[in-house]
This record gives sequence, structure tokens and C-alpha cells, in this order.
Amino acid sequence: MNKAIEIRNCSAAYGENKVLDSITLSIEKGEFIVIIGPSGCGKTTLLKMINGLVVPSKGEVAVNGVLLSDSDLVAVRRHIGYAVQGAKLFPHLTVEENICYVPGLEKKMPADERRKLACRMLEMVQLPEDIAGRFPRQLSGGQKQRVGIARAIAAKPDILLMDEPFGAVDEITRKGLQEELLALQQKTGMTIVFITHDIGEAFKLGSRILIMKDGCIWQEGSKGQLLEAPRDEFVKKLLDR
Amino acid sequence: MQILQILWDRRDFFLTCLLEHIRISFTAVACAGVLGILTGIFISRHKRAAGIVLGIINIIYTIPSISLLGFLIPFTGIGNKTAVIALTVYGLLPIVRNTYTGLVNVDASILEVAEGLGADKRQMLLGIRLPLALPVIISGFRNMVVMIIAMGGIASFIGAGGLGAAIYRGITTYNMTLTAAGSLLIAMFALLSDWLLSKAEKAAGRRYGIE
Repeated sequence: MNKAIEIRNCSAAYGENKVLDSITLSIEKGEFIVIIGPSGCGKTTLLKMINGLVVPSKGEVAVNGVLLSDSDLVAVRRHIGYAVQGAKLFPHLTVEENICYVPGLEKKMPADERRKLACRMLEMVQLPEDIAGRFPRQLSGGQKQRVGIARAIAAKPDILLMDEPFGAVDEITRKGLQEELLALQQKTGMTIVFITHDIGEAFKLGSRILIMKDGCIWQEGSKGQLLEAPRDEFVKKLLDR
Repeated sequence: MQILQILWDRRDFFLTCLLEHIRISFTAVACAGVLGILTGIFISRHKRAAGIVLGIINIIYTIPSISLLGFLIPFTGIGNKTAVIALTVYGLLPIVRNTYTGLVNVDASILEVAEGLGADKRQMLLGIRLPLALPVIISGFRNMVVMIIAMGGIASFIGAGGLGAAIYRGITTYNMTLTAAGSLLIAMFALLSDWLLSKAEKAAGRRYGIE
């Protein structure tokens, strides 16, 4: 059986600045991976390598058993959900149009079909149907974030990449969003790769947690494994927070 | 009062001039609009070309309009064709610059999300970049339209029609009222176009703007 994501010996650099150093990582289908680490450790770059927004300077990335370098990136990306901090909704599109953005890239959707999909997605992220016609600027931070997730999963991707998606929302909303995301994963069996800088969030969500430092995967394991045998002071301090 | 009187007395003449003026300006607006927006899109993708292209357009812009018309006569003769070409060339600066500025200033993180979600180059341009740049592009378009209409008055000096003909005739026959009437009509035509476009700009801002 193919792995969902395989990263072999990948390095990446912005100019002189080396960001990732020979990363090797393989992710099974249905895993919930959480990546945590200080800013500048390369976690966002690692995530962007999976949907081809960053091309590794060395090494190779395979998604569902196919090398990205051999595939049509645009087509691959349409099967990989992508949600980022602050949601980054398209400000000129309504909530409904934002949600239906990815399916609409394949083919133009009839209005009633679009409407139905938007309602289904809104229900899934626990938002009222009547916000479908609103623009992003009329939403609260938590609502935006939920719409961002709905947009990421509307085309039923089998992989979902999330870059600190709950970073900009308040504590209570975040708790709710975490619960919903877990339920959603259970329902869909999606493979999720999730970046956070909050160890509590990592423990709550991740079936496997990757701790990154200086462009390397410093240590990985389940919550129990990490707590039991932290590799060094750095990991201990991170887990303590 | 004299001006209103002359406008009324020679209404057929002024109407012909006005229609001709509208025709010349709109032709130039269409040419400069299409050419300018395409150029703006092109240089927003090729940053190295941007400096050169904007530089050239800036230089052209500093040539006095009357001498540009003069330069063109050996190539395109006198009359409306030359006028349209000169007005088009002048109109390019605001529209190219604003299209370029609007496109390169679209929030990069939004573009990255669109790319990450699987939009191709064309879908990014038509679906995200152009709509988000639209308010800036329209404001450049407004500038261009007003400029072309106003400058259209000079076109009669090389034998083109339009309201400039009234101004020119007024000057050569010491008929100040005639000159003033022609100028007034040009100003009103320009203001009216500007007002209509400001409505469009506001509507686009509401639809596409962040706030």
C-alpha cells in the first residue's frame, strides 16, 4: 500500500539560507501529524513542500505514491486541502464562492449545486447557512477560520495541510475548532498535517508529533513517547510549556 | 450669457463637434485601455521589463502634446487617425501604471493560498489578481479618460475634428466666446465622464475591495 506522503532526503534553501536539511518523513494514510517547533525551524517550508509551493533543492517528495516532480502540480493540489493562519479568504468572493472555489476550478458549478455544497460544508464546520452570502470582511475571526477550513475540504481532499490554522482565534473558539477537526478527521479518514506552536494543541490533535529544530526533525513520536523520553533539554522545555 | 447664446445659436455646429469629440476620445480610450491593461498585465509578470516599459512611457509623456502631434504627421498624415494615435499614446501612462501597481500589490499570501488550492495561472489572473486590482485599475482608467477628453481639444490643430475645432476657430477669428464655449463643453464632457466612472469605481470597491 502506498504511503500518503513520502519525503526523502529533502533540503530546501532561500538563497544562501538553508531552511531544511535532509528531511526524511513518511506519513501513512489517515495519520494526524502535528509539526511543532520554534519560528524559523522550517515547519512551514516542510508543509509547502508537500503541495509543491516549495520545490526542494535536493531530494524528492511523493504524494500517494507519485513523485511531485513527475506530476501536474495544479492537478495534485486540487486533491490536497490547504488552510493557513488568518484563513486568507478571497475578499472579493462571498462565503459560498470561497467554499466552492476548488471544485469550481475543475468545472463551472451550477448555482443550485454550489448552494448545496456550501450549505453542507457550513454545517460541517458548524456555521449557520445564512452567512453563505456574506463577504469575508463581515465575518469574525473564528468564522473566517471555519470558512477557511470549509474551503480547504470542500473538494473532499484525501490530504489536508494546515499551517497554524487556529493561530489567530481566541482560546474558546480554538477549543471548539479542535474538537470539530478531530471529529471531521474521524468521519473522513483524511490524512492531516498540522502546524502549531502550541504544545497543548499538538498533544490534543496529533497521532504523531514531530518536533522540528534548525531545519531538522529533532524528535518524533506520540504524546506518551515524547513525555517518557525527551531527547534533550530543548525538547523537555518545549513539552513543559 | 454670451456663451449660452452662442451655444444655442450654433447648436448644430457644436453638436457635430461634440459627437466628433466623443468619437475620437472613445476610440482612443478603447485603444489605450486595451493596450494599457495588456501591457500592465505583461509587465507585472516580467519585473525586469517593468522598469524599461514604464520608463519609456514616462518619457513619451513628457513630450509636449503639440509636438507629438507634429512628429506623427509625417507618418500618419493629418486628421483623426493621427489624433487617435497621439491620444492613445498619452493615455497609456496612467492605465499601464495603475494596472501594474494594482496587480503587483495584491496580497501575496492570498495568491499563495490560491496557488496552493490548485488554481492555474489563468485562473489566478482572471479570478483573483485582476478582481483584487480592479479598484486601482479603474482609478487609472478614470485618469486616462479625463486626460484623453481634455487633450482631445488640441487635436484640431492637426486637422482632426472635435470641440477643439470650435476653440481653434475662436482663436483664429478673435472670437473669445466661441473659444470659451468649446472649452466649456470639453470640461463638462470630461467632468461627466469622470463622475460616471467614479460611480463605477465605488461599485467595484464595494464588490471587490477589502473595506
